[in-house]
Amino acid sequence: MNKNKFLSGKVAAYPHVVWSVLFIVFPLIFVIYFAFTTPGGAFTLENIYALGDHKETFVLSVSLSLIATFFCFIVGYPLAYLLAQVEPKKQRILIMLLMLPMWTNLLIRTYSMMALMDDAGIINSLLKALNLGTVRMIGTKAAVVFGMAYDFFPYMVLPIFTSISKIDKRVIEAAADLGSNPLRVMTKVVLPLSASGIISGITMVFVPSISTFYISQKLGGGTFDLLGDAIERQFQNVNTYNVGAAISLVMMILVLTSLWVMNRFTDSEEREVRE
Amino acid sequence: MKPLSKLYIFLVFLILYIPILVLILFSFNSTGNTGSMTGLSLYWYRELFSSPHTFNALKNTLILALSASVISTLVGTAAAVGIGKIKTGVIKNGILSVTNVPMMNPDIVTGISMMLLFVLVGTLLGAEEKLSFWTILIAHITFCLPYVILSVRPRVLGLNRSLSEAAMDLGCTPLKSFFRVELPAIMPGIASGFIMAFTLSLDDFVISYFTTGNDFQTLPLLIYSMTKKEVTPDIYALSSLMIGAVLILLILSNVVESKGKGKTENTPAKMAERNGLV
Repeated sequence: MNKNKFLSGKVAAYPHVVWSVLFIVFPLIFVIYFAFTTPGGAFTLENIYALGDHKETFVLSVSLSLIATFFCFIVGYPLAYLLAQVEPKKQRILIMLLMLPMWTNLLIRTYSMMALMDDAGIINSLLKALNLGTVRMIGTKAAVVFGMAYDFFPYMVLPIFTSISKIDKRVIEAAADLGSNPLRVMTKVVLPLSASGIISGITMVFVPSISTFYISQKLGGGTFDLLGDAIERQFQNVNTYNVGAAISLVMMILVLTSLWVMNRFTDSEEREVRE
Repeated sequence: MKPLSKLYIFLVFLILYIPILVLILFSFNSTGNTGSMTGLSLYWYRELFSSPHTFNALKNTLILALSASVISTLVGTAAAVGIGKIKTGVIKNGILSVTNVPMMNPDIVTGISMMLLFVLVGTLLGAEEKLSFWTILIAHITFCLPYVILSVRPRVLGLNRSLSEAAMDLGCTPLKSFFRVELPAIMPGIASGFIMAFTLSLDDFVISYFTTGNDFQTLPLLIYSMTKKEVTPDIYALSSLMIGAVLILLILSNVVESKGKGKTENTPAKMAERNGLV
């Protein structure tokens, strides 16, 4: 093989490889380095022990994100399923309507929720006008869960919609012809065949939910911390970078492991189908 | 379709849109009241445009998104082509896994990890302002790269090798054959990668928040700093304008896509798949 030709191919990847090492690998090494050192640079395990103080934040973050993800799935799956049955012309418009909030900045979406739920917001003004008194919504955990679910809902529906649309209609008809009732068709055919969409939907809601700090700041009213808030707070001050790095490290390990497990799960599913 | 199914679709979309519609409605409120409409006016829009911060942030956002998407498209396209030529599986998979890290990691982790790097390097170099336009640009290029590679790589994998071999047999140098044969074939992937990078950069808040300098504010950062203080409807006005811009972009990009691909290829499912990545 001509050596020159050989080079001209691979060399194209070099700028990217150098870039990835400098700005992906190095920063991650620094996170690990900071997590295990004092502000002075000496090795310590104190930051890891300090994680114990954030145990409640950790549990709260995971549970609120799980509830929001579950909520998105329960509401989103039927929606995706129904959208897949709509005639193409209307479907196009509906999918665009679903994508518009997704393309809209997260801060704006959260802010619009705040406009509704604020103490002096629209819901409370309506309630007052009807003489029903006011409800405090900002500052509650329910508001934060609702905010997460609202902000990331389209990310659940779109991948599920895509995978349901790809299902061969004849498979569903065959199952019905062979005597399955609609419920059985759903659980034995449609759900398993849309598993990859469900998995990506779940990760696309769960990962941003567990790492958010904006939603909890705005809708939680600063009354309680989530993991994202804890990290953000530690990085306001140079002296607490190390604890912040330790929390980030744990969050990263948690997210990457769950992604890895989920991906293995879909891989084996697909392999089974192929075989 | 059963009426009940139609009702379900209608209700979900209603809930999805109520907050957005309310926000747009209240941007036209004549007073600062955020609970009830007291009259229609463009007061808050005038207020917004009289602030120099708005234009500055808009200018910054566009400069940043354009530079980040151009650079990441160039580097990412070259990478997608180059990675395809690597024969050793371990190295290839290693590069691809590292590339995907910013896409899978929570934004906040990507943000703080880069901030740590910048602060450390800045301290070593003795820089007074460790974060600046350059650090936020590096950060944006980094998180755009995997998306560019993701949209270009399938096109590279789908290339018919005989064509470029034929070109070279007919006397093209490898470089010439790349520009005449391969590049036109992967162009659609490059274009959608570029659009995706541009949109992601425009929209990003979390990574920008940790990597930008004090003197460089983008629109999402401006919204964040505005919402730190009390609720005023000029943020509603800014948000409404941004939603309008997004709507126009969305319609345009889908019109362009459907024109380029023909009707059969641009089914709503394909549309959802493309946009599901953003």
